Amino acid sequence: MITVILFYVFAALAVAAALVVVAQRNPIYSAFGLIVTLCSLSAIFGLLGSPFIAALQVVVYAGAIMVLFLFVLMLLGVKEEDRTSGRALKAVATALALTLAVEMGVVLVGAARPAPAAFDASTRTVAQVLFSAPYLYAFEATSILILAALVGSIVLARRDA
Amino acid sequence: MTLSPVQQELAITVVKVLVLFNALLGLFSVMTWAERRLLAFMQFRLGPNRTGPIGIFQPVADGIKLFFKEELIPAGANKWVFVAAPALAVFTAFLSIAVVPYGGTITLPRFAWMPAWLQGREVVLQIADLDVGLLFIFAISSLGVYGIVMAGWAAGNKYTLLGGLRSSAQMFSYELSLGLSWVGVILLAGSFRIHDIVAAQAGGFWRWNFIQQIVGFAVYLVAATAEVNRTPFDLPEAETELVAGFHTEYSSMRFALLQMAEYVNMITVAAVGANLFFGGWLSPVPFLPDSPLWFFAKMFAGLFFFIWLRGTLPRLRYDQLMAFGWKVLVPLATLNILVTAAVVAFHPFAR
Repeated sequence: MITVILFYVFAALAVAAALVVVAQRNPIYSAFGLIVTLCSLSAIFGLLGSPFIAALQVVVYAGAIMVLFLFVLMLLGVKEEDRTSGRALKAVATALALTLAVEMGVVLVGAARPAPAAFDASTRTVAQVLFSAPYLYAFEATSILILAALVGSIVLARRDA
Repeated sequence: MTLSPVQQELAITVVKVLVLFNALLGLFSVMTWAERRLLAFMQFRLGPNRTGPIGIFQPVADGIKLFFKEELIPAGANKWVFVAAPALAVFTAFLSIAVVPYGGTITLPRFAWMPAWLQGREVVLQIADLDVGLLFIFAISSLGVYGIVMAGWAAGNKYTLLGGLRSSAQMFSYELSLGLSWVGVILLAGSFRIHDIVAAQAGGFWRWNFIQQIVGFAVYLVAATAEVNRTPFDLPEAETELVAGFHTEYSSMRFALLQMAEYVNMITVAAVGANLFFGGWLSPVPFLPDSPLWFFAKMFAGLFFFIWLRGTLPRLRYDQLMAFGWKVLVPLATLNILVTAAVVAFHPFAR
C-alpha cells in the first residue's frame, strides 16, 4: 500500500520534473529538472526492490554526469534561451510528438500485462548475472570502449600542449 | 494502546530519527565551539572563553546573533536557487548519516511504565540498515555537491561562482578516490552493508581494516578531508583569493545552514571512517565488551584529527590539489583494489 502511494508520488515527480526540463527557458532550471527526474527514477528502482541499481542511478547520472552539465552551463554563462520560431519546425515537431504518443498508447493499451515474475535484484544477483556467460563479453567490451573513449579524450585535450 | 508490528517499527524509527537529528544539531554546535577552542590552544591563544564556564555557551550566543542578523539576498541573485541551496546542502548532509550505524543492537531494559512491546526489545542502533549502505552514502554525498554549486552560482557574484566551481571540481575529483578507497574494505567483507563490514573486523584491534587496508585508509583520509572541504583542501573558501568562497553572499541563518551542512558532513565522514577502518563499536581488545561508546570514541578521535589538521597544515594550491588527486590518489587506490582483489580471489582463507 505504502509502496503504491510512494510509486505514484515519485512517478508524478519524475514526469513533472521532465516537463520542467523541456518547458524551462533557463538551461540551469532544465538541468535541475533533469536531476530531480533522475532521483525520482532512482527512488522507483528502490521501490522495485533493486537498491543497487537505485544507488548507481544517482551516483552515475545525478551525481556525476549532471554535475558536468551544470559545470559547462555555469562556465559558459548561458542565459535565457529564445523560443524556437518557425512554423514548419513546429508542425514537424508536433506531428512527430503525436506519432510517438499514438505509438506508445497503442503499445501500452494492447500489451498483455503478465504479473511480474518474482525476481531477486540484490547486489549479489546483479553481479552474478553481469559477470556470467551471456553478458560478460558485452560488459567487458563496454569497459574497453569506455577506456578507449578516456584515452581518446585525453589525447584530444593535450593536442595543443 | 496497541500497535501493529509495522507501526511499532515505525514508532521506533521515528524516535531514532528524532534522537539522531537532535544529537547531530547539538554535536554541530559543540563542534563549532570545540574547533575554535582547540585551534586557539594550538596557536597559543585562548579562543572563546567568556560565555559561560570555559566558553561552553558560545554556540548559543552565536545562534542568537545569527537569528537576529539581517537576511540579505543580493540584487543580482537568482532568488529561488539562492534560498534552496542551503536547504539542499543540509538535506543531503543529514540524509547520508541515516545509514551509518553507531552501535550494534541493544536490548531495551524492562521498566513498568513501558508498553509491553517495548520491554526487552532488541533495537538496532542505526536508522536504516541498507543492503547497499556504502553505495547509498556515496550517492548522497555526490548529490551534496549541488548545494555548494547552486549556492555559488545563485549569488550572481564572480567570487562565489569561482568558489562553487572550484569546490565542484574538487569534490568531483576526490569523490572518485573516496569511493575507490572503500572497495578494498568491501572486498574483504564481501558486502556493501556497513554492519557486515564491522562484523568482519571482529576479534581485536589487529583485525581492524586500517592495518590490512593501510593504503585504502590513507587514501580515505586524504579524500575525505578534501570531500568535506577542510584544510589543507579548503580551497573553495580560500579567503585570500575568493573572499569567503561560495558562501560569501550568505548571511544570517542561511549562512548557519551552510556551516551546519559542512560540520554534519565532517561528522558523517568521521563516523564512516570509524566504522570502515576502526571496527566501529567493536572493542579493541577481546576482554572488554563491545559498546557504542567505542564508536563514539573513535568518531571523536576522527573529528579531533580534522581540527588538528586545520591547526597544522597550510592550504594547497589549486593545481597541486588537482594533480595530487588524479596522479597520486586515484592510481594508489586502484593499485590497492588490484592487490586486495588478487588476495581475496586467490587466497580464500585470508579472512
